[in-house]
Amino acid sequence: MANPAVLDFPAYYALIALQADYAAALDAGEWERWPEFFLDDCVYTLQPRENYDRGLPLATIALESKGMLLDRVYGIRETLFHDPYYQRHVTGLPLIRGMEGDTILTETSYAVFRTKQDQLSEVMNVGRYLDRVQPTGSGLKFAARLCVFDSEMIPNSVIYPI
Amino acid sequence: MDSTTAAPATRAWQDDGSSRVPFSVYTSADLHRRELERFFYRGHWNYVGLSAEIPAPGDFKRTLIGERSVLLVRDQDGGINVVENVCAHRGVSFCRERFGNKRNFRCPYHQWNYDLKGNLIGLPFRRGVRQDGKTNGGMPADFTLEEHGLTKLAVAVRHGVVFASFDPAVESLEAFLGPAVLGYFDRVFDGRELKVLGYSKQRIPGNWKLMQENIKDPYHPGLLHSWFVTFGLWRADQRSEMVTDAHGRHACMISRRNEGGASEVTQGVASFKEKMTLHDDRILDVVPEDWWGGPSVVMMTLFPGLIIQQQVNSLSTRHIQPDGPDHFNFVWTHFGFADDTPEMERRRLRQANLFGPAGLVSADDGEVIELSQVGFRQKPDAATYAELDGRGTGGADHMVTETLIRSMYAYWRRVMEV
Repeated sequence: MANPAVLDFPAYYALIALQADYAAALDAGEWERWPEFFLDDCVYTLQPRENYDRGLPLATIALESKGMLLDRVYGIRETLFHDPYYQRHVTGLPLIRGMEGDTILTETSYAVFRTKQDQLSEVMNVGRYLDRVQPTGSGLKFAARLCVFDSEMIPNSVIYPI
Repeated sequence: MDSTTAAPATRAWQDDGSSRVPFSVYTSADLHRRELERFFYRGHWNYVGLSAEIPAPGDFKRTLIGERSVLLVRDQDGGINVVENVCAHRGVSFCRERFGNKRNFRCPYHQWNYDLKGNLIGLPFRRGVRQDGKTNGGMPADFTLEEHGLTKLAVAVRHGVVFASFDPAVESLEAFLGPAVLGYFDRVFDGRELKVLGYSKQRIPGNWKLMQENIKDPYHPGLLHSWFVTFGLWRADQRSEMVTDAHGRHACMISRRNEGGASEVTQGVASFKEKMTLHDDRILDVVPEDWWGGPSVVMMTLFPGLIIQQQVNSLSTRHIQPDGPDHFNFVWTHFGFADDTPEMERRRLRQANLFGPAGLVSADDGEVIELSQVGFRQKPDAATYAELDGRGTGGADHMVTETLIRSMYAYWRRVMEV
């Protein structure tokens, strides 16, 4: 179970600063910064809650290394045709689920809004991050970030990372 | 009448052909109702799922045929039934879970009970309630359980794939598919046990037929999809074949991958990225499988509502669920085989990054479909122009053609009588 006393405040502050910086980078469209939040050996998935809950392995996006994240960035920049849009993350406070050595296990709710040109803003994707966060010489990095989303329907497509 | 009225007239078909589809065919509510009636509810088999999704007695799955909610359920005898999710009493759409296991179905409103074959087996107060020596209420003397079951659909299961039809007079599934398409169906589904890997669901703001067209259109993948042209997964210099059934409604697009790289077909193609290399190429770790029998990709469209994908090691069914003329939900079920090695299952899951609502290939199909629908709404007096490789219909031995789209609309016009 959660043990809120497991991190002291400076450690917790570092964790929420990581989350805030991650959201700001994506909301600013700074795609080159996105892989830098991760270890070289990392996992990033965007997975429907239905699959996660039922133990079905398929994810909407399933990346297994920083290299795959870099390839996704290339796809966003160079190969995927899409209607342009802004996205805006609203991220809750991380709940500390536990520690494994110095790796922090956390769960954090998020909502991502999408705004297309000339259109009303809409809720694009709602879910929770299940993170494994690792201290490194250059700050906290994600060893794993699983985005498990409640949203039953993806509104057409997901181009940018969540 | 004010002669300055700006609204353009809706255009009708201008000729007897099928290469110039009026934009109103994608936007008309009247045509949409007729399509539901004639394609989804009569004379056609519609996909409802894989038998591997409901392996045990009592297992059920809720899904859609056209815009009607149905339940796919395995009964105590192991048989698969499909019933409509509407209570015979007051019309309640009684089943709310998408998957589960039940001994019977009970409507929450007045507790009418149905067995797993859809038969009504009981209901409260059928014989009334005794009070003060007399019986109050109860069903009329001529009431029978047999007359008030759920709507039961015709069911066809072939090699683990389940189809259903509201039409009891529908021809056999094998006749419906025809021998050529059936052969490609059996290439993927040869009776091996299937394993469901998971689902992806997207809502696309476009007419449902645009998704059928997208997978009957071998012209676009080597142009819209950089990954296909750059890495040789689909491009115009490959040996390929386009196959239809005798009616032109179903189709298979068959091809063999090549090494990619620059050639005649990449000249002037903006999406070709000669210098593109991957940081981690495991996503394209393709291992040929014996059952492919040559082709590395076969994309099947079964009219009206199913696409079966085999693109290298990635397999999925894609279920088109229309919702009015301007939207459809698109449900992907990725699968492998029960005897896959862990490495092969992992490979299928990795390659799934190319497909689905965030796929490095498929995401932009949804995007362009949305934008076609915008154009259709804007310019109702216009029509498409699908005349690559002429105005004819039927198969082809290359991919520089729109013949499969024309074949589908020739069939559509016959059935729709427009």
